[in-house]
Amino acid sequence: MSEQHIKLPEGSIEKTTTTLNLGPTHPATHGVMQNILELDGERIVSTEQTIGYIHRAFEKLAERRPLAQITTLTDRLNYCSSPINNMGWHLTCEKLLGVKTPKRVDYLRVIIMELARISDHLICNSIVGVDAGAYTGFLYVMQYRELIYEIYEEVCGARLTTNMGRIGGFERNFNNIAFEKIEKFLKEYPRVLKEFENLFQRNRIFMERTMGTGAISAERALNYGFTGPNLRAAGVDYDVRVHTPYSSYEDFQFNIPVGTTGDNYDRWLVREKEMWESLSIIEQAYQKVQEFKGADADVYHADVPEYYLPAKADVYTKMEALIYHFKIIMGETDIPAGEVYQAVEGGNGELGFYFISDGGRTPYRLHFRRPCFIYYQAYEELTKGSMLSDAIMTMSSLNLIAGELDA
Amino acid sequence: MGLTNEIIKQRLTEKFGEQLSGFEEPYGMLTFEAPKELNLKVLNFLYDDEELKFRFMTDLAGVHYPGNSGRELAVVYHLHNMVDNVRIRFKVFTDINTPDIYTATGLFSAANWMERETYDFFGVNFVGHPNLKRILNVDEMDYFPMRKEFPLEDQTRIDKDDEMFGRG
Repeated sequence: MSEQHIKLPEGSIEKTTTTLNLGPTHPATHGVMQNILELDGERIVSTEQTIGYIHRAFEKLAERRPLAQITTLTDRLNYCSSPINNMGWHLTCEKLLGVKTPKRVDYLRVIIMELARISDHLICNSIVGVDAGAYTGFLYVMQYRELIYEIYEEVCGARLTTNMGRIGGFERNFNNIAFEKIEKFLKEYPRVLKEFENLFQRNRIFMERTMGTGAISAERALNYGFTGPNLRAAGVDYDVRVHTPYSSYEDFQFNIPVGTTGDNYDRWLVREKEMWESLSIIEQAYQKVQEFKGADADVYHADVPEYYLPAKADVYTKMEALIYHFKIIMGETDIPAGEVYQAVEGGNGELGFYFISDGGRTPYRLHFRRPCFIYYQAYEELTKGSMLSDAIMTMSSLNLIAGELDA
Repeated sequence: MGLTNEIIKQRLTEKFGEQLSGFEEPYGMLTFEAPKELNLKVLNFLYDDEELKFRFMTDLAGVHYPGNSGRELAVVYHLHNMVDNVRIRFKVFTDINTPDIYTATGLFSAANWMERETYDFFGVNFVGHPNLKRILNVDEMDYFPMRKEFPLEDQTRIDKDDEMFGRG
């Protein structure tokens, strides 16, 4: 063999299967993750996932940061629904500190979290469509994700990595434009969602591509630690919003859609139905927010001076405000010792925060329970023996977000 | 309904007696500690017992306590009984020189990557794990970065000049 020959690894000529690297930068992975597939023709013999390409050591970084600065880290977990992560983090801190938030704050949070859920599901479902060859739906619903982002913008100034809210509530009250945009969304979105549904739900091509592929039984799903829409698609009606209500979710009426087969089609359907439920929750929350009158209608945060940044005017004129301002900015507030686990229903499952404080100014240990990190390990079982093209659909319908996978 | 922390505690003490310790209820979640040789027995008991039914592993995390001589590393399990909607947390401590703990992968498939992550960051050796290798960090790494002996960079250090950023 001359120098010019490509040196193949030992035994690779005799091998009857093909190795295919799907990722880390492949249009179908929608994020940086790698699947090393062993293919027999087009059938998948085995899969090995490699992750960690955008690991940013958030848990380590959090050990040196005061609470308020950790919010920005949570943004970058599931960046399709950052506000849910932000609120989850604030709820964790509030649980540890024993802060009770006013009802209006809870309802405003619910509005934002459900908007985030819609934008998350919207991306996932339309991407499933894209991978099945239907680009139109994806482009069409982007307008409404844009509207959701505009609402975020009115509330907090940012669009994608929102860093929204503070411990105890929001940094400012929702302005009228925000409410107008929410109204616009409530008015226009149902029609769009219906149209989106019409494109896919009974579409023959879509059904045949998704039904029966990537299926998992309820038992296996539980054993794999599935949560969120993926677990519900397998038929288990577990939803953190109902089982351990936070942020006054117990005040709302909504259904938990469940599937039966746990395949790609059911996952898609569950997300679709959840968007309708989210819409109804936003409507209810919006009504409840409108019912606050007088001084109650201006409440947008709890009274936690040690953690809630005071108004700038007070900082210049009042001693206490100045002290708290300084302590919060410099991160010099001692956090009470304790350990707490708080979960919220994120866009793709139970997003948990396990927070140990030893009484210092930063967390002693902070662990994020990232739902997609946990359920991605089932990918091999989901795809074994299936066609390569089905594996692609399975990957997108699991709603894998690289930022959350790698933390 | 009706599975309370008292009942769980009682069932566990009936079964394991004095071996379990440190029963607490921080923020309402029953927390206890088991000797590390017993972790699988406790997990199995919690899983199989007809009353307890803790059949969902929510989370598995490592913690490093460098000051705790002889029990520096902790592995914290969060389990969930979805029927009665009760969560518990239980901890296993090990010393840092022989950080061997039995794997829970036989019971929960979900434990696979969570244990790999804990190995990756804390160096806990899960005995019997089918594929115990690094997951988020590079394979060549020869230390366990979440341990407390690796502090984050001191943000007040002054020896950094423009040259370090290629702007010299």
